[in-house]
Amino acid sequence: MLNYSFSEEQKILIELITKIGEEYIKPYALKWDEEEILEERPLKALADADLFGIIIPSEYGGLGWGCLEMCLAIEKLSYYCAGISTTYAATFLGSYPIILFGNKEQKEKYLPEIAKGHKICAFALTEPQAGSDAFAIKTIAKKEGDFYYINGMKHFITNGGIADIYIVIALTDPSKGARGASAFLIEKNDPGFSIGKKEKKLGLRSSMTTELLFNDCKIPKNRLIGKEGMGFIIALKTLDFGRCGVGAQAIGIAQAAMEVSLKYAFYRIQFGQPVYNFQAVNHTFAEMATKIEAARALVYNVAKYIDNGAKDVSGVSSMAKYFATDIAMWVTERAIQMMGGFGYMRDYPVQKYFRDAKCLQIYEGTNEIQKNIIARELLKYYK
Amino acid sequence: MNKIIVCIKGVPIPGTIKVDSETHTLKRESLELILNPNDRVAIEMAIRLKEIYDFKVIVISMGPPNVIPILKHAYALGCDEMILLSDKIFAGSDTLATSLVLAKAIQTLSPYSLILTGLKSIDGETAQVPPEIGALLEIPSITNVKKLFKQNGFWIIIRENEYGEEELELSEPFVASINSHTFDYLRPPSLKRLLEVKKIEPVIFTANELGLSPEQVGLKGSPTQVINIFEKKIEAKGTIMEGSPQELAEKLIRILKTKDLI
Repeated sequence: MLNYSFSEEQKILIELITKIGEEYIKPYALKWDEEEILEERPLKALADADLFGIIIPSEYGGLGWGCLEMCLAIEKLSYYCAGISTTYAATFLGSYPIILFGNKEQKEKYLPEIAKGHKICAFALTEPQAGSDAFAIKTIAKKEGDFYYINGMKHFITNGGIADIYIVIALTDPSKGARGASAFLIEKNDPGFSIGKKEKKLGLRSSMTTELLFNDCKIPKNRLIGKEGMGFIIALKTLDFGRCGVGAQAIGIAQAAMEVSLKYAFYRIQFGQPVYNFQAVNHTFAEMATKIEAARALVYNVAKYIDNGAKDVSGVSSMAKYFATDIAMWVTERAIQMMGGFGYMRDYPVQKYFRDAKCLQIYEGTNEIQKNIIARELLKYYK
Repeated sequence: MNKIIVCIKGVPIPGTIKVDSETHTLKRESLELILNPNDRVAIEMAIRLKEIYDFKVIVISMGPPNVIPILKHAYALGCDEMILLSDKIFAGSDTLATSLVLAKAIQTLSPYSLILTGLKSIDGETAQVPPEIGALLEIPSITNVKKLFKQNGFWIIIRENEYGEEELELSEPFVASINSHTFDYLRPPSLKRLLEVKKIEPVIFTANELGLSPEQVGLKGSPTQVINIFEKKIEAKGTIMEGSPQELAEKLIRILKTKDLI
């Protein structure tokens, strides 16, 4: 209900994604979810519309826009299908390390192809024993002459199997702990690199999640991003930028859930009148709308804060992620309740929104980890 | 660089049509128009050919100024130049007068390789304009084309007819209307081009600039006059015959013979 005074460019972006959502996504989203498949068509449409280039600097063929535009795009896309928006947003997560820390040669080689949507990215940090405790990774990168040899595995990797470029965090010096990690660019056809098990998920089922296996994966030394030992700095910085995107996903899903259930409540007649007339129902919608607006205001403001060049973004981006995704979980659960039995049926999309929203509280740092980050930042801010 | 010219039309959103009570023609100037869906296929064909053969794609439309957003949409889909043919005296033109205006404008763009159009518009549904443009320009026209490619200096064209597909060989230039089911994917507009086209306006040609007099265009220049618009009710009555199989067969043969069908 709140009208934001977006620029002409931002309005064009939102309108374009709406068009793509209506034509290439909306009619198929439930089918993709049911069949757990990712079709090429929606990704091709996003690529042809230049939408993979939003945050890529203009000198590398992108639009050079900021975090707010990324959030607007992700929010609108998530309104139509959070599975597709996860595939889309994970490509940003994989391109941030190159944009922020890549050298000129790496940028020239990869960014134009990413901007065109010809190459999809993935970001690989998590391992079976290293989830929230990211420093516990075991994947090793050993330098021999002009090459690195990578051994180990990553799991729960979004865009696994469909990505062309993987940003992989591996230990170059295990004795140094967190300071011994480095970030590498892995291409899908690199020798010794393969895709493991494809995960079966509760939600986000049109987004692919797999294991990545490294068995003496041999890569030239110029695939190192930044310097040896910078792996965790690169990972944390990337996640700082990416978290707002998850918040944006949450708003998009919540908005869609509210609209579908609201429409139902307007038309569903029980006891001789629309169920919306009952206070228990309309107060729930009043709460939904208010909470969504609050989450949106937070996400947009954090995105603008990042775009203004702020350095201390960890705490606020964690707030945007945790707050908006908790709201999405609450809204989607209530949306099902407002539709009663119909909400529970897989013929209607609200149950999909509910399943999709659940992952948002977990991935890119669980909401508990977000609170750890906020608490840590509070210590610094108010010391 | 060689040129492809794509003729497109702004049509009313289905369900929003307003008809002029005197001329019985569509009141286009006061409506929100959309790109004729069949024309999007012609644009897609033009852009795919541009990607292969490096053509310049010029999109052209006749209509009131509210067609401009549609031309800009075509630009965002990948067309390179926009031309609007707009003049108050064009209002009420039938397919022949429209084709004359389009042909006159296309002449000014000569030399060109191809003229592509949609199969038909979803408002008029005549499918007459593409062949009429061809006739007026004295170049061949082929309807319902599904595939076009160059071979040894000629164009190979695959078109759909009533019985299947046929292959033709042709030298350029010619007019081709594109089959609406040619592609299973039509690209969306590009964000960069949407931003670019904000700063560009189409070139506008009036009747005068095209050397057309008021007698040649609009209602005056249109041999087709719409007398009335009504919903046609089709009531087909079947005949039920009774008798033994032999009698029925004899009756049927007699009927078919009297109708010259056998």
